[in-house]
Amino acid sequence: MIARAWGPAVLGLFVLAVVMSFFNFEISKWQWMLNGVVFFGGAVVFTISRGMTFFVVKRLFETVFVVWMIASLTFILLRVLPGGPFDSEKALPPEVLANLAKKYHLNDSVPKQYLDYMVDLLHGDLGQSYKYIGRDTSAIIAESLPSSVQLGIYALLISYIVGIPAGVLAGWKQGSKTDFAAMFLAISGVSLPSFLMAPIFIMVFCFWLGWFEPALWEGPGYYVLPMVVLGLRPAAVIARLTRASVLEVIHSDYIRTAKAKGLDSRTILFKHVLRNSLIPVLTLSGPLAAGVLTGSFVIEQIFAIPGIAKHLVLSVTNRDYPLILGTTLLFSVMLVIANLVTDFLMAVIDPRVKMI
Amino acid sequence: MKTKQEGRSLQEEALEKLRKNPVAVWSAILIVFICAVALLAPWISPYPFDEQYLDQVLAKPDARHWFGTDSLGRDMLSRLIYGARISMAVGVITALISLVIGTIYGAVAGWFGGFVDSGMMRIVDILDSIPSLVLLILVKLIFDSVDIISNPELKALTGMLLALSLVSWVSLARVVRGQILQMKQMAYVEAARAMGASGLRIVSQHILPNIVGPVIVLLTFQIPSNILSESFLSFLGLGLQPPFSSWGVLANDGWRSLKSYPHLMISPGIAIFMAMLAFNLLGDGLRDAFDPQMRGRSG
Repeated sequence: MIARAWGPAVLGLFVLAVVMSFFNFEISKWQWMLNGVVFFGGAVVFTISRGMTFFVVKRLFETVFVVWMIASLTFILLRVLPGGPFDSEKALPPEVLANLAKKYHLNDSVPKQYLDYMVDLLHGDLGQSYKYIGRDTSAIIAESLPSSVQLGIYALLISYIVGIPAGVLAGWKQGSKTDFAAMFLAISGVSLPSFLMAPIFIMVFCFWLGWFEPALWEGPGYYVLPMVVLGLRPAAVIARLTRASVLEVIHSDYIRTAKAKGLDSRTILFKHVLRNSLIPVLTLSGPLAAGVLTGSFVIEQIFAIPGIAKHLVLSVTNRDYPLILGTTLLFSVMLVIANLVTDFLMAVIDPRVKMI
Repeated sequence: MKTKQEGRSLQEEALEKLRKNPVAVWSAILIVFICAVALLAPWISPYPFDEQYLDQVLAKPDARHWFGTDSLGRDMLSRLIYGARISMAVGVITALISLVIGTIYGAVAGWFGGFVDSGMMRIVDILDSIPSLVLLILVKLIFDSVDIISNPELKALTGMLLALSLVSWVSLARVVRGQILQMKQMAYVEAARAMGASGLRIVSQHILPNIVGPVIVLLTFQIPSNILSESFLSFLGLGLQPPFSSWGVLANDGWRSLKSYPHLMISPGIAIFMAMLAFNLLGDGLRDAFDPQMRGRSG
C-alpha cells in the first residue's frame, strides 16, 4: 500500500522541485527536508517491505568501496606523476617552492599524505586548491555544482520526454512514415555531436529568431538551449531503444492473447505494451546519465555555464591536483549514484527484479 | 574448384544479408571513400595542410580554395583531408588496440571463471564508474607528464591513442566474457575438451571464431565513438592541437567564428556528421545481419 502512495508522492515532489528551480524560485529548507524524508524514508520502507534489505545494504557497501578505490587510484596516480603543480616556465625561487611544499604538505611521505587525504575526505574536506589560492576545493565544487546538476537533470528529463513517445510511436506504427521519420531523426541525433548541434541551435534560436540567450545560466531563457542540446542525443538513443523494445513486446504471445480477446488497441498499448517495453529503457538510465555527464563538458564550454565540468578541464590544464581529485571523485560519485538509483527503480517498477 | 559440399559459415550468411541492405551498403561505400581519402591524403590534397597563404586569409570558398581558408590562411580542403587521416587513424587504431586488450581480458575472465572472473570484472566495474571523459583526461594527463617520446606531435597522437584504447576496451571485454561464458556450456567445447585440447587452443581455435559477429558489431560502433571522443577532447583543448588537423580541431577552430565565417565550421561539421552516420548505419546493418533475432527490430 505504501508503495502505491509513495510513487506518485515522489513523482509529484520531484516535478514540483524541478519546475520551481526552472523558474528560479527559491526552494526552501522545508521543501528540501520534506523531499529528503519522502524519498529516503519511502525507499527504506520499500526496501524492508520487499525483503531486499540485505541486497540494498550490500550494494551501498559496494558503492562506498568503488568510491574509495577511485579516490585512492586518482590520488596515487597524481602523486607518482613526475612534474609538480608548481613547475612553470618561469622558475620559482627555491625558497618559494619550499614554502609552497610546506604549505600543502608535499614534503610528507606519500603514505602519510594519502592517510591525511582520506581522513580529510571523510570529513568532507577536499583540501585547498593550488590555483585558486586560499579557496577550499569543496567550496569551489559547492558553488558550481548546482548549475551542473540542474543542467543534467533537465537534459535527462528532456531525453525521456522526447525519446519515449517518439520510440513508442515509431514501434507501434512500424514501417509507417512516422516510423521512418522518427528513426531518421534519431540516427541523425546519434550522429550529430553536441559541439556541432550547439552552434547551429545558437545561430537559429539566438541570432536569427532571438528567442533564447546564447550564454550564461541565469533564468529560463538561458536554460532552454543547453538542456535541449544536451538532451537530444540521449533522446535519440532512448527512442531507438524504446522502438526495439516495443517491437519485441508487440510480437510476444501475451499481446496476441490480448488482441484475440478483443481488447481495443488503446488499452493494449497503454496497459500492456508500454509497461513491459519501458523496463529495458529504464535499465539504460545509468549509461545515459554517464553520457549526459560527458556531454555536459562541451555544453558548459559552449554556453559558458559556470558549472563543474569547466573546473575539471581547467584544473587539468593548471595541474591543480586537489581540484582534479575533487572533481574526478564527484563525477564518479554522481555516476555511481545514478547506477544505484537505476537499479533501485528497476526493483520498484518490476517486481520480478531483485537487486543483486 | 570446390568438390566438397560446404556448409555456409555464420559470417558468409551475414555478409549475404548485409549485401541486401542498401543503407548498409551505401554506408560501407562512404566509409571506404573516407578511408581512401585518408590514406591518399598527401597525393590528393591540393595544398600542404600547414602551408599559410597570407594574402588569402579567411577566404570564402572559391575556385582556388574550394572550402575557403582559415584564419591563418591555410586551405580548408587540405586540412579536412588530412583531418580525415588523423580522425580515422584514431578511430580505427584505437578500436584495434582495444580489440586485442578486450578480447584477451574477456577471454581470460570468461574461460577461467570463478575467482579470477569476479576479480577481473570488479576492476572493469570500477573503470566503468569513472565517466569516460574524466578517465580520458586523467590518462592523457599522466601520459603527457611522462617523457618517453621527444617528438611533441607524435607524443600527442600516441597519448590520444593510448587514452582512448584504455577507455574503450572495457565494453569489448564485457561482451567477449559474456559470449565465452555462454559458449563454455556448448557441446562442441565439451567435445574439444574431451579430445584433450588445451584451454588456449579451445578458446582461440574454437570459441573466438564463433563470437566474431557480436565483436564486429561492437567494433563498428566503437570506431565512431572513438572519433567522437577525440573530437570532444580536441574541442575542449585537451586533445590534439593545431597545426595538427583532426576534425575535432577544425570544428573547435570553426565554431568561434561561426557567425562571420560559417565555412570554417560547415565543412568539418558535415565531415564528422557523415562519417558518424555511415558508421552507425553500417553498425545497425551488421547487427541486423549477425543477430537474426534482432532482425527488423532495431532502429
